[in-house]
Amino acid sequence: MDRGISNAIRLLVVMFCATLPGFARAADTVQLTSQVFVERVIADETGRKTIMLDQPSLVTPGDKLVFVLRYRNTGQIPSDNFVVTNPMPSAVAFQDAPGSKPSVSVDGGKNWGSLADLVVSTTDGRSRSARPEDVTHVRWKLAEPVRAGASGKLTFRGIVR
Amino acid sequence: MTNTYSLNLQHARLKKIIPWAIVSATICFASMADTAYAAGTVAGSTISNTATATYTDSSGNPASTPSNTVDLVVDELLDVTVVSADPGDVPTTPGSTNQVLAFTVTNTGNGNEAFTLTPNGTVGGDDFDPTATSIVIDDGDGVYEPLQDTVYTPGTNDPVLAPDASVKIFVLSTIPAGALDGNKGDATLTAAAVTGTGAPGTTFAAAGQGGGDAVVGSTGGDGVDTGTYIVQSATVVLTKSAIVADPFGGTAAFPGPVNVVPGSVITYTLEAAVTGTGTLTGLTIGDAIPANTTYQTGSITLQGSPITDATDADAGEFASSAVSVRLGNVSGGTTRTVTFKVIIN
Repeated sequence: MDRGISNAIRLLVVMFCATLPGFARAADTVQLTSQVFVERVIADETGRKTIMLDQPSLVTPGDKLVFVLRYRNTGQIPSDNFVVTNPMPSAVAFQDAPGSKPSVSVDGGKNWGSLADLVVSTTDGRSRSARPEDVTHVRWKLAEPVRAGASGKLTFRGIVR
Repeated sequence: MTNTYSLNLQHARLKKIIPWAIVSATICFASMADTAYAAGTVAGSTISNTATATYTDSSGNPASTPSNTVDLVVDELLDVTVVSADPGDVPTTPGSTNQVLAFTVTNTGNGNEAFTLTPNGTVGGDDFDPTATSIVIDDGDGVYEPLQDTVYTPGTNDPVLAPDASVKIFVLSTIPAGALDGNKGDATLTAAAVTGTGAPGTTFAAAGQGGGDAVVGSTGGDGVDTGTYIVQSATVVLTKSAIVADPFGGTAAFPGPVNVVPGSVITYTLEAAVTGTGTLTGLTIGDAIPANTTYQTGSITLQGSPITDATDADAGEFASSAVSVRLGNVSGGTTRTVTFKVIIN
């Protein structure tokens, strides 16, 4: 009985924290940071072009963005069942996720899979193979627990619609 | 006990997003790409990115950690196209005023933008220079209507277009009186983003809609197209000939070897030959009966068909000692023939 109540309270706390990022971060043993870079092509005097990664506050349609998610287990024990989910901002078209194979969703997070396995229903009632720009969510499920003190990096790319 | 759950925080707390985008984000993700503006995300929109990690915490309970949120503001792209909206060269006549060329100006940028409109009639490579006298902004029906449409004054009523929106613009010109049949004259309309123009990539800091920068897009922030007037004029040459039939059975061209005596009948033929690529409107032929002759009743023909003498609904009459035939609109390359007869007194 007591245990049940305490579990219920604990669950409430978790839910409460989940809606208030500030609280959650203080209590969590996992840190997740998000960075967004834009690829800028810089041409030097000789016309040679170099791609620079810039951390912008302003972007224009067509800009190529690189999303970098860094996670770190700041606690004392391994974090199991580690999943990172990134909903795509609606103004960004997903491109790819170099160096990893995340699951993606094209229906707001209901169904997941690799892009090749997903279909999109079109306005005329038919369906077609999903394309990168259809992606609504990107999700990585780590096979191994994240050990205490361990960290990692997940990357995907998109284009400003 | 290790049961995990996944909590996906609502992403994209877009601050200045328009309603359809919210609907797209929550209901019809799949069709979102199809309904996006050609110009891209609306200027001033905020792109917010937040990821979430879920895991099993030290107590064996599911836990969730959101990342920080990265906010990016979408700059305004300055882009515009101008396209001539006439199906072909616009027919005109020498010396005429308020001759209309139509253009479609489209905001292909991603923000609400005002555009400065500039006409130019002195374009090389044509036969004459139309004088652009005014620019008129269409009221939305695509048809030039002097009473409903608005005369444009630069800097006062520069048309403001939403992303992807178009407006029909009319350039009114005067055609030089000396322009000849078949001559062509070009006039251009230029539309330029009020915020600025320049090489693609030129940035106007903080000048964009919604507080971002304004960035010149691939069109350079301005567009231009050419419309063409073509002179279609027509001229008429009137030829009169006569044939006399004397009472003795002789017939000859007049003047000629024939007895012109009282009772001879003269048949006059009037030929109106219209040349040129245009059309003469309201062309009328009139001819007074010569002295010492009497008009032969019921003798008028037009293209070989009789016309009554009365002033009535048909094309001609005999009145006040003169034959008059209304030919109406006659296009270049056609000839109208009228005949009538008189008797020598």
